[in-house]
Amino acid sequence: MKIALQAATGHHPSAKQGSAAAVRAVSLEVRAGEQLAIIGPSGAGKTTLLHLMACALQPTAGTVLLDGQDPWRLSRSTLQGLRKALFLAPQVPPLPPRQRVVTAVLAGRLPHESLWASLRSLFYPQDIALAHQVLAAFDLSDKLFERVDRISGGERQRVGLARALVSQASLWLVDEPLSALDPTRARHALDALTGAARERGATLVATLHHVEMALAHFPRVVGLRDGAVVFDLPAAQVSPTHLQALYAQQLHELTGPAADLAFEDFPGGPAPVVMHCR
Amino acid sequence: MSHATVTSVPAAAATPTNAPLRDPAWRTRLFWALAGLALLWPMGNLTEFKPWLLAEPGALAPALHFVGSFFPPRTDADFLTLLLQETWRTVAMATAGLTLALLLAIPLSLLSVRVLSLSSLAGRMAVGPGVLRQGVRWLLLVLRSVPELVWALVFVRVVGLGPTSGVLAIALTYSGMLGKVYADILESGDTHATHSLMRNGSGRLQAFFYGLLPQNAAELTSYTVYRWECAIRSSAVLGFVGAGGLGQLMDSSMKMFNGSEVASILLVFMLLVWLADRMSAALRKNLA
Repeated sequence: MKIALQAATGHHPSAKQGSAAAVRAVSLEVRAGEQLAIIGPSGAGKTTLLHLMACALQPTAGTVLLDGQDPWRLSRSTLQGLRKALFLAPQVPPLPPRQRVVTAVLAGRLPHESLWASLRSLFYPQDIALAHQVLAAFDLSDKLFERVDRISGGERQRVGLARALVSQASLWLVDEPLSALDPTRARHALDALTGAARERGATLVATLHHVEMALAHFPRVVGLRDGAVVFDLPAAQVSPTHLQALYAQQLHELTGPAADLAFEDFPGGPAPVVMHCR
Repeated sequence: MSHATVTSVPAAAATPTNAPLRDPAWRTRLFWALAGLALLWPMGNLTEFKPWLLAEPGALAPALHFVGSFFPPRTDADFLTLLLQETWRTVAMATAGLTLALLLAIPLSLLSVRVLSLSSLAGRMAVGPGVLRQGVRWLLLVLRSVPELVWALVFVRVVGLGPTSGVLAIALTYSGMLGKVYADILESGDTHATHSLMRNGSGRLQAFFYGLLPQNAAELTSYTVYRWECAIRSSAVLGFVGAGGLGQLMDSSMKMFNGSEVASILLVFMLLVWLADRMSAALRKNLA
């Protein structure tokens, strides 16, 4: 699926009336099958931008076009039909605590399943093999029948990502997929995600805190600051100067979770968990 | 004393000139406390709340005499058989009534719960669905504001004396209560999982079964079991108007001032409530 934002402005859903927009007149085009990382300091509007693309948020000005059509001009049922083609993975994995991992993963298929089939799957998981396969991609196959609240935060985040792999969406929008993962796991998870998206020809847009992860795994990187695009470049052309400008005043974020500008392996041990901010 | 506490504070923090001297919320708090008492006074008068009457000589004697006749509870085989039979009937009445209530309450609460609104996923809920949800809430309000005793008196005239009228009465009132509280429970929990599913194109019912229900299952179950316990008590009251079960047995024992029979029946009630309590605890533990 291709995305076109034309001077799209978006307010955070819980923002007060008259407060500043989180995303201001952003114009951006993403081709079908492209992989794109959005980086920027906290509060830059990354999540809001993702929500605009996911039809989770209606732009207050400008337009968002998905495959050339404006979702907000569609009838409600057509819009819900369009939503089946996109997969939004929020930063906090949306998993009910008492659910089992297998059910949580297979929930990614719900949009393309009949109600009857999904109820049957609740009684006896219909595609255990598929769930096992996608969990294996995230090194979690042993947690298949574990309950969601009995696995760690990082494992939960990867279960949320595994859900994308069972969905049949053609646009994947992933919000901070690595915030609870240690560097090795993070690299592994990103490989699985980008590989699967490439295999299926799905468009992948991810917001990332880890700058060098973004540069290493995504061919195109967009820098967002104060709700506006600072740069939109192929990863190879993003220079330290660009990053300095992007993170000016918030340099600690650049050097914090993202260790160093040099594309080196992370030092051993888990990176600090990024604060969940929206 | 106060002097000592002030000097113990570090010099930078101790700026007595601009330290507020009184809590600004104090006046409001005092006003509402007094207003509450002023409202309680006429209510006490209206309900003829005169506890000192209990202390008058001879006032408690008949009551104490009746309570005294509770001991020993009647335990002969004939009565116990009857008691067992009526207990079974009461449990059946409560269970059947609650099951019927569930059949009505579950669809109604699903219709009224705002979390499952697709139109409010981004922005405000659309007018049509909003009106429907409010309408269903009003229907639930009507169902639960008519006491089950009134429903029972209505149904006794339709289906005659017996447990059927009790079952129908419990079904109607309890569907109103269950539907309302189910909807409240579903709306008060974390909606992240449910909304994520709907945002990705799942249907409302799919989102309910994969998001909302597992999120709130323990609370829903424990509330349902508690309501089952209430239904057992309700069916006792309904027995007094001829709906059968332990209530009717108690009614006749009361009329004959047979304290030992009343005591046995009350013990059975305690046992049932204790059972419901244990069941709820076990279920909650399983679902936790």
